[in-house]
Amino acid sequence: MFKKVVLGLIALMVMAVAFTMSAMAADKLIKIDGSSTVYPITEAVAEEFQKAKKGAIKVTVGISGTGGGFKKFCRGETDMANASRPILKKEMDVCKEQGIEYIELPVAYDGLAVMVNPKNTWVKSMTVAELKTIWEPAAGGKITKWNHVKAEWPDAPLKLYGAGADSGTFDYFTEAIVGKAKSSRGDFTASEDDNILVQGIAGDKNALGFFGLAYYEENKNKLKLVPVINPKTGKEVLPTEQTVMDGTYQPLSRPLFVYVSKKAAEKPEVKEFVEYFLKNAAKLVKDAKYIPLPAKAYKLAEERFAKKKIGTMFEGHAEVGVKIEDLLKREEKGF
Amino acid sequence: MEDIKKRIRITKFLDYIFAIVGLLSTLVGLALLFTLMTDLFMDGFPRLGYKFFASFPSRFPDEAGILSAWVGSFLVLLVTASAAIPIGVAAGIYLEEYAGKNWLTNIIEINIANLAGVPSIVYGLLALVVFVYFFKFGESILTGGLALALLILPMVIMATREAIRAIPNSIREASYALGATKWQTVQFHIIPYSTGGILTGIIIGLSRAIGETAPIITVGALTFIAFLPSSPFSSEFPFISFKWLFDPFTVMPIQMFNWVSRPQHEFQLNAAAAGIVLMMMTLLMNGFAIYIRYRFRKKIKW
Repeated sequence: MFKKVVLGLIALMVMAVAFTMSAMAADKLIKIDGSSTVYPITEAVAEEFQKAKKGAIKVTVGISGTGGGFKKFCRGETDMANASRPILKKEMDVCKEQGIEYIELPVAYDGLAVMVNPKNTWVKSMTVAELKTIWEPAAGGKITKWNHVKAEWPDAPLKLYGAGADSGTFDYFTEAIVGKAKSSRGDFTASEDDNILVQGIAGDKNALGFFGLAYYEENKNKLKLVPVINPKTGKEVLPTEQTVMDGTYQPLSRPLFVYVSKKAAEKPEVKEFVEYFLKNAAKLVKDAKYIPLPAKAYKLAEERFAKKKIGTMFEGHAEVGVKIEDLLKREEKGF
Repeated sequence: MEDIKKRIRITKFLDYIFAIVGLLSTLVGLALLFTLMTDLFMDGFPRLGYKFFASFPSRFPDEAGILSAWVGSFLVLLVTASAAIPIGVAAGIYLEEYAGKNWLTNIIEINIANLAGVPSIVYGLLALVVFVYFFKFGESILTGGLALALLILPMVIMATREAIRAIPNSIREASYALGATKWQTVQFHIIPYSTGGILTGIIIGLSRAIGETAPIITVGALTFIAFLPSSPFSSEFPFISFKWLFDPFTVMPIQMFNWVSRPQHEFQLNAAAAGIVLMMMTLLMNGFAIYIRYRFRKKIKW
């Protein structure tokens, strides 16, 4: 008797597993992964969208960094990728190999802030060339004191903090400052967790670091922003919503993206989610402490998505100095 | 005479010194735990309430809760327990009662001892390759549960062996003398007498698994999840559904990690509150383990 019951139970379990496996395909689940910088925006959209849909469509948003997000995206494991820089040539190739086509949608603007400790009295502003002296690969082990960068700065150790190598922030910063993505000195405190960078800079008088403006906004009293001299105009510019928007804070302003797989875009739930995203982006981006694009840009993005325009507006590298207007022009042209 | 008295005095004094040093060393651990607890409680206690347990994570700190996290933790532990207990206990019984003393047994034993010391992240990588890529389970509750099962398997095996070893040989001999077979001996004597010890080991293993982050992050659960897995009961035949096994999930420590890495201070308070809940879960489980050990010890006399 006992044996029969056990056998029956096992048979039932096997059947149930088989049954549910076949039912899995019908599940309405949208999988998004990628940049930790874009995460707060996508999270906000996902939260509101799921509330609006009363849970009929499930959305997951992961944090693996821009590079990690593209890896999963190009393997076809996710429907959308969050990216804090345009897709790179290498990633385009992998996607192509796997037959993954994608629609590129800019969703917000972000400024990369260069920061020092509030007790730092000597830095009034910095030029791109000075930042390059500090961060280029050749500086490793050589530029270790503030006066190595500029003679009038003090003879004090230079402690560096920056984004980790898997993040789009790191890729963009190195491209903008050093001139080549991922090319940087290795002897600095790197972390994907921006809070660690905040703590590091806040606790060390001789520190210098960079990360997204949103984190500065939340930690204003612990950090001091450094104005960066715009190489085109020669004027020093502080990163603010205004200067990022009007394109004067260059080269450290950058657009943020989501990439939607073309195959996923054919699923009605993904389509609905992306449309909701672009319609509500202006407000939700602001909530997440980023800088929204002009309304026109979202309209153009909606059109692109409706037409399923695949490919990238950038040629496979983290292009520097793309102003919002440039972006608009390219979108209008359909790149 | 004076000499001996003096020596006794010195020895007693040394004794006294050692007692104090020992007490202080114990207090260091306790004081640390106490500071940690007070800090957590001061930050997190005001956040604890029905709403905190019944809300999904949110980008607004005071609306955010741990519903998906604790449900996820519970389901993952369920999978972990159902995988690790049968395999672990069976392996333990085999090694103690059946295995002969030969090179194969030696290799297995050395391997289990080594596995117990492997860093948890390595189990995560193993699970990523085996369960996610090879068996295509995806980043699901099943994958997470099995990864943690691998992690606690050596602990369960060791606990089982310890518990079985504590049974005096005379019991086995008496059983054989009455004509029982090996399996009958195991079924009616070895397993019942060692249940207390085995359960204690299992619960302590599970309470370690509930706090593990590294292997779960590697299998890809660092995610914003604002929904619950599908229900295990369905209205159609066969009425029970195992769909939840393949659903994405998040667990308590990961929810904490997510909150800690946010810029807003209010999220740190949420993390502290989640920390209190996690600590309470672990304490409860350990307390339960002690109670079980006590009950079974009282029942068995030899």
